[in-house]
Amino acid sequence: MSELSGWGRFPVVDGTERVSENFEVATVGAALSRGLGRSYGDASLPVSPMDIVANSRRANCLLAFDPETGVLRAEAGLSLRDLNRIFMPRGFASPVSPGTQYVTLGGMVASDVHGGNHHVAGTFGEHVQSLRMRVADGRVLEVSERSEPELFRATLGGMGLTGHILEVEVVLERIPSAWIYQESRRVRDLDDLVETLLGLSRQWPLTKCWFDSTKRGPTMGRGIAIAGRWAEPGEAPAEPPVLGERISVPYLPLGLVNGLTVSVFNAFWFHKESETLKTGVVHPKAFFWPLDGVRHWNRLYGPRGFAQYQCVLPIERDTRVVRRFFAAMTRRGCPSPVSVVKDCGPEGRGMISFPKPGISIAVDVPLRGAKTQALIDALNEIVLEAGGRIYLTKDSLTRADHFRAMEPRLAGWNEVRRKWDPDRKLRSALSVRLLGDEA
Amino acid sequence: MAERGESLFILGIPVQDLERSAADLEARGASGKVGTLECDLLDPRSFGAALDCADQALGGFDTVVVTAGLFASQERLETDGEFCQKLLAANFANTVVFCEEARKRMLARGGGTLCAFSSVAGERGRKPVILYGAAKAGLSHYLEGLDHKFRSQGLVTVTVKPGFVRTSMTEGLKPPPFAGEPEDVARQVLRAIDRGTPVVYAPPMWALVMLVIRSLPRFVMRRIGF
Repeated sequence: MSELSGWGRFPVVDGTERVSENFEVATVGAALSRGLGRSYGDASLPVSPMDIVANSRRANCLLAFDPETGVLRAEAGLSLRDLNRIFMPRGFASPVSPGTQYVTLGGMVASDVHGGNHHVAGTFGEHVQSLRMRVADGRVLEVSERSEPELFRATLGGMGLTGHILEVEVVLERIPSAWIYQESRRVRDLDDLVETLLGLSRQWPLTKCWFDSTKRGPTMGRGIAIAGRWAEPGEAPAEPPVLGERISVPYLPLGLVNGLTVSVFNAFWFHKESETLKTGVVHPKAFFWPLDGVRHWNRLYGPRGFAQYQCVLPIERDTRVVRRFFAAMTRRGCPSPVSVVKDCGPEGRGMISFPKPGISIAVDVPLRGAKTQALIDALNEIVLEAGGRIYLTKDSLTRADHFRAMEPRLAGWNEVRRKWDPDRKLRSALSVRLLGDEA
Repeated sequence: MAERGESLFILGIPVQDLERSAADLEARGASGKVGTLECDLLDPRSFGAALDCADQALGGFDTVVVTAGLFASQERLETDGEFCQKLLAANFANTVVFCEEARKRMLARGGGTLCAFSSVAGERGRKPVILYGAAKAGLSHYLEGLDHKFRSQGLVTVTVKPGFVRTSMTEGLKPPPFAGEPEDVARQVLRAIDRGTPVVYAPPMWALVMLVIRSLPRFVMRRIGF
C-alpha cells in the first residue's frame, strides 16, 4: 500500500501497485494500469485501495524493430526516453512527442498524446498499428483496425479503461538528424500570438507558443512563438545529442509558485527572448522537453500540489472565443509559469481523444481551493459555449455535468466499454468522477 | 552492454524470459544474435556444458556477469527447510561452482572479468537476513579470495553488493531509504566492470551504511532490528 498521485500531486490516494517485469501476469485482476504517472490529475489513480493497479514501467522490452519500415513493437512500459536514447542515434524518433519523455508507450496510447506537430501529424494513436491487450474478461488479444477496430478506436485516448495495454506496435518517424532547427520570436499580444502561430504552422512541422498568463490589458497573451523542424545533416553537429542528467528539486514544505513569483518569472522569460527573430540548431531536449531538465519540478508547487488545465477551442465560427477565454482567465488570476498555446489539426481515430481543430490552451494553476474551482468552472463555461472540450490527461477539477455536456461522444464510447466490460472491472478515480462510473 | 554493441549470451531460466530478453538486447544494439541457453543454478552438472556453449557462440567470452539467485524472507527460510536448503545451495555453493567453471576458462585464455552479485546482507550476521546473508557472505569471501589470488594473472573480480534495489525480487517489500533503481545500479556496475573495481556498493550510499553497521558492537546488534 502506498500513496499514489498524478504529476500535479493532487489528488493523492492510497493504493496498491503491482510492479513486475512480467506485466502480462501483473494485469490479471487489476482494475487499472499505470506507467510513469505523468498524467496530472486522477487518470491513473484507483477508485479505492482495494482496486489493484498494475504498473508497467519495468515491462520495457523491445520486441521487434524493422529498420526498413520503422515499425517498432515493444512492451507498453517502454519509456519515450528509452526509445529516444536507443533510436534517435539510428535516425528514428517517435512520430509524436508530448511535453515530457517520462511517459510510457502504454500511457501515450491511453492519453492519445499530441505534440507540436499535431497540425500535420495528428496524435500518437494515428501512428499505432496494433496493440496487445488484456481485456476485462481476462482474455489477451491483438487489437487493431483489422481485428477489433471498435475496441482499437475506443482504446486510443481511452484512458486505460477499455483494457490493459501490454504491447504497442507503432511506426517511428525517420529523422534526418537528431537535432532541431528552431526559429523563435516574441509575440506582443494575443492577436499577434494567434496570427503568428497559425502563420508558422503553415510553414513548419513543429509549432507552439508559450505565453505569460499574468498579463492583462493590451499585453494580454504576450509570449514566445516557437517553430521547428528536424535539422538536415549538413546543419547539425556530427555527434548525436547526449540526453544527459538533470538537476533536481528537493521536497519543499511550501509552494514557490504564486501570483508574484510567476509574474516575475514570466517577465524574465519573455524578456530573455530578444526582440528580433532567433534561428538556429538546438538540442532536442531544449526544444521538446525543457521541463524534463528539472527533476521533480512538480515539487515547486509545494505539498498542496497544483492543477493543470487544457482545453481546445474551435475558432472557425467564432474567432473571438480565444480572446474571451484569455480575458476570463487573466481577470480571475491564473498564475501559470507553464502556459502553452497550440493550434490543433483534424480529429483522429480515438473515440474520445482530445484534439480537434482549434486553438488549444494549457495552463498550470497552484491550488487555492474554491478560487481555483471557480476559475476552472468559468473557463469550462466558455469552452462549452464554444463547442470545445478539455483534455482528460491534464484534468482534476472539471465538474461531471460540464464534461458530459462537452462530450457528446461519451455515450458511444461507454457503449463499447459496456460490451467489453459489462461488470465495470476496469475503472479509475477519473472514470468515477467524470465518465459515469459508480464508486 | 547491448547499447555499446557488445556480443552477448544469456544463461538462466525460464527459457521464454531468456528469449524475450535476447530479442530486447538485439533490438537495443547487441552485436549479432544474442544466444540463449536454459541453465538452472540448482543443477551444477549443467554448468560446464552451458559455458562451453556460450564460449562457442561468442568465440570465447571475456566477461561473465552472475546475477542469478533466490530470495526469501527470514521467516520463510526458518520454516521451509527444503526451500532453505535450495536457497543456500543456489546462492552459495552452486554459484561458487559456476564461478569456478567460468574463471578457469577465462584464466586458460589469459584473463577476463568475473562480476558476481553478492549483497550487503552478507556484510555481517543480521537478524532479518540470517540465512540469506550467510550464503551471500560465503560468496563474497570466495570472490575476495579470487581477487587476491588471480588478479595478477589477468582475472579481474568485481563483487557487486547491492543494498535495496527495486526489482521483482524485492516486490512487495517496503523500500528503505537509499533504495536503488535497476537502471542506476546497472550503470554503476558497468562502470565498475570497465574499471575493474573489486567491490561496488549499489547505490553507493550503502558503503557508508554498512561501514556503520559493521562497527556496531554485538550488544547493540542484539537489540536493533536491522
